[in-house]
Amino acid sequence: MKKIDVEQKEIQALYGRLDKEAEASGYHLNPDEEFAKDLVRSLLINEKRYGYWACPCRLASGVKDDDLDIICPCDYRDADLTEHGSCYCALYVSQDVLEGKKAVGSIPERRPSAEERQKREGGAPSVAVSSLSLPVWRCRVCGYLCARDGPPEICPVCKAKKERFERFL
Amino acid sequence: MKATHVKGKDRGHIFLFALSTCGWCRKTKRLLQNLGVAYEYIDVDLLKGKEKTEAEKEMRRWSPRTSFPTLVINDEKSVVGFDEARIREAIGI
Repeated sequence: MKKIDVEQKEIQALYGRLDKEAEASGYHLNPDEEFAKDLVRSLLINEKRYGYWACPCRLASGVKDDDLDIICPCDYRDADLTEHGSCYCALYVSQDVLEGKKAVGSIPERRPSAEERQKREGGAPSVAVSSLSLPVWRCRVCGYLCARDGPPEICPVCKAKKERFERFL
Repeated sequence: MKATHVKGKDRGHIFLFALSTCGWCRKTKRLLQNLGVAYEYIDVDLLKGKEKTEAEKEMRRWSPRTSFPTLVINDEKSVVGFDEARIREAIGI
């Protein structure tokens, strides 16, 4: 696979956008700007390579449906922020890390193995909710819930795209 | 697998499974460079088809969930993740 080049101004633009969006929703980019920008560069490389922002620190399959859970921000970010103070690749960090109260490091992988992921597929909502006037959709990334005919185009909280929503109720 | 060789002091066979895009893999490569040890690495995301599948299979022996970086020393022990203290200990520096 050939090396992909990314221009500095593309990195700067995306870094600025992600930083703004994160701060507006209570998330934070890694204050180590050089480290964070390297990861933003990697997201841009993966966008050109796969067509989506596959996590820079995970091996993408290249099949979007199989990689949905690791498209940045990944399904595991928020749980890792709570438990470890950063997401897996450490693009995002917690308030404690931002304030220097906690250090970031390499953390264990939360993503289940391919076999475990396959087993989890197809779990339809089990609660009887026939009385609800609308279905409830859940953002797998940040947990945002909304009751409407279909999920929103983009999560208003974490900016994850429509395909990251699941039927919750 | 076509691994890239980095010259340095011989501290046994040090092999790194990495991703070209990963920040922790970059830090691991930098650490090994700073320690001045000879090592080999492979950026698994730059492999294709059969080569990629083979690298993943080999990697699973050391890191069942194929987490990056995975450092293998003398084909007998491994360090998964960027953990400077554990890497130094495993190499014996």
